[in-house]
Amino acid sequence: MEKSKTNPNKDSYGKNLMGIEIFVRSLIEENVEVIFSCPGNAVLGILDAILEISEIKIVLTRHELGAVFSASGYARATGKPGVVLASSGPGASNLVTGIADANMDSVPLVIFTAQVPTKLIGNETFQEVDIVGITRPITKHNFLVTKIEELTNIIKSAFYIATTGRPGPVLVDLPRDILAEKFTFDYPEKVNLRGYNPIYSAHSGQIKRAAEIINNSSRPVIIAGGGVIISNAFGELRELARRINSPVTTTLMGQGVYPEDDPLSLGMLGMHGTWYANTTVNESDCVIAIGSRLDERVTGDFNKFAPKAKKIHIDIDPASISKNVKADVPIVGDVKDALKKLIPLVKNLNNEEWLSQIKKWKNEHPLKYKATDKVCVQFVIEKLRDLTGANAVIVTDVGQFQMWTAQFFKFLYPRTHITSGGLGTMGFSLPASIGVATAIKDRPVISINGNRGFQINLQELATIKAYNLPIKILIFNDEHIDITRQWQELHWRKRFDEILIDSSCPDFTKIADAYGIQSFKVEWASDVEPTLKKALALKDKPVLIEFKTIYEENIYPYIPIGGSVSDIIEGGK
Amino acid sequence: MRHTISILVENKFGVLTRIAGLFSAKGYNIESISVGPTEDPSISRMTIVTNGDDDQIEQIIKHLNKLIDILKVVDLTNEPFVERELALIKVKVNPYTRGDVIQISDIFRAKVVDIGPTTLTVEVTGKSDKITAMINMLAPYGIVELARTGAVALKREFKGEVYSSKEIKLIKKKSRQKPTEDTEKG
Repeated sequence: MEKSKTNPNKDSYGKNLMGIEIFVRSLIEENVEVIFSCPGNAVLGILDAILEISEIKIVLTRHELGAVFSASGYARATGKPGVVLASSGPGASNLVTGIADANMDSVPLVIFTAQVPTKLIGNETFQEVDIVGITRPITKHNFLVTKIEELTNIIKSAFYIATTGRPGPVLVDLPRDILAEKFTFDYPEKVNLRGYNPIYSAHSGQIKRAAEIINNSSRPVIIAGGGVIISNAFGELRELARRINSPVTTTLMGQGVYPEDDPLSLGMLGMHGTWYANTTVNESDCVIAIGSRLDERVTGDFNKFAPKAKKIHIDIDPASISKNVKADVPIVGDVKDALKKLIPLVKNLNNEEWLSQIKKWKNEHPLKYKATDKVCVQFVIEKLRDLTGANAVIVTDVGQFQMWTAQFFKFLYPRTHITSGGLGTMGFSLPASIGVATAIKDRPVISINGNRGFQINLQELATIKAYNLPIKILIFNDEHIDITRQWQELHWRKRFDEILIDSSCPDFTKIADAYGIQSFKVEWASDVEPTLKKALALKDKPVLIEFKTIYEENIYPYIPIGGSVSDIIEGGK
Repeated sequence: MRHTISILVENKFGVLTRIAGLFSAKGYNIESISVGPTEDPSISRMTIVTNGDDDQIEQIIKHLNKLIDILKVVDLTNEPFVERELALIKVKVNPYTRGDVIQISDIFRAKVVDIGPTTLTVEVTGKSDKITAMINMLAPYGIVELARTGAVALKREFKGEVYSSKEIKLIKKKSRQKPTEDTEKG
């Protein structure tokens, strides 16, 4: 806190410093609070310098993928850039999936990798990979530092590029010899990037056109995506929805941006979205898509998406507009700015008929599941929701339980559903929850996993234990690969092979024991609530709960891939 | 449809790979690409010829614009522009055919740039189809080696419209002005 008052770098300006110190002082300039790393030979010097010079907290994970997912969780939960430091060679290449994941979900990350000395680059040197080449298509931008003179400028640019416009990961590769050179330390105040000027201000002519379409519509619907969270435009979104009296549906990434207990909320849209959200969009005459890529999991068949509607699409990334669904009014700009300009131009629409129709749909086609004596995931999620009052950060892995969480948790607050949306990376939740728990202290952090995804990064239990992060780890164990089984059942002949049955599934409570983490096992529905209560009460330490769940359960509603609303399968046992 | 895209980029390492990577990731073929420095040594101009429908090209241009090292992207296809390619063609000749080859070269305004006892190398510039036509003409004599550049292109300034007398006056006035540093840079 004191840092902002007294600049700790004040005495260093103009001094001749080692590259390694310039690097650390640059991180201080960028107000980095925590850095996620995995120790390796090539970064030991840097970690040492961080400890010596700065107060930056270092979180050491057990795998580089853990480090990058932790940073991703930190960035998703706080909106600040997540910083990663990895060693050269395998240390760097282990990051790849996490970087691709952040790139799809517009997560600001600044990733530093160590590199072999400049003269040895390209010589198949020990622990060398061309990480700049490998990550070129999955980063927003990346740099190889070739001169010590460029170092501060590149770090400044990396943070600037990662956090502005449509955020994304930026990688900086640091050859060892450069960090050993000396140079005068001076941190630039501005970046000089003539090829990068993200458009923040929305075009007022386009806003007027959008307002006209909205004012002439009678069946509007707002689709809010993750961009609304990034832009911090929750207030503006609510104001717009209430002003025009429009229902709001969110994408998976947009969950929490609009309270799901509000009468205007339709819950989630898309493949596993609610029946009424998908139907509302299908029947609408005016779709206002805000901060969403309108990905195929949201739209289904592009040509059959909202066929009766004029489409207004607001996004800061021009390439995301009209990529999948042609927009009638494209608006490039910051969501917050666009909504601020749009709100005064729109009027309350007399659409009571539309709203009562939607209410009827909601009553006729609610989300449902069949409760049993055995544990079913939806029941656990509902109980978790009741016990936390939605005031928790839920970090989901990928699978059926992810969709059930999205459907049944009824999110109220932004940045409370942290999930791998675009890339759909199994193994995301456990390490991501480390980053979340590093930053969020006032709300419980809950990591929700399946039996397979949990095993992808389970080594991070050691990190959780080492830093005593009070994460509540839930594992839904149906001894199958649930979502894959669902697809096989619905799309292929019902021949479940060996591969789909996790017959060698371990006892997760024993794993927790091995790491010294307290654990519970729940097999009956009646034990769910008391166990969750017990776990949530243990506020100062991690707890693992294994739920033995029923396995032949599918997620409904379900729009098969490439389908549209007419193909919706409601289930309904 | 054939598109000629002109791109101004930072003259840095790795920029070409970023651009080529963007095309290959989308599965689009680059028909030709040429790169060279501009009047400003920190900026290079790339001319890319590619095929695609309008929606595909629009997406490519949007993605090119997103690259940090790219300063400007213009699709020249829908406006008047000058486009040139260059080819060096080594043709097999003997004392009887040498005259024919030189005559064909003259018709195409090509230059003889190297001569040997059994070969003749000519240099030809022009639009892509002109060069193809010349290659076809020389093929019967036997082409030994061929090197062909990609297209380079610039927008045309004069678009063929008729100026009003007022506009002509303005142009005259401008051309009489002493060049300042600003106008020199253009």
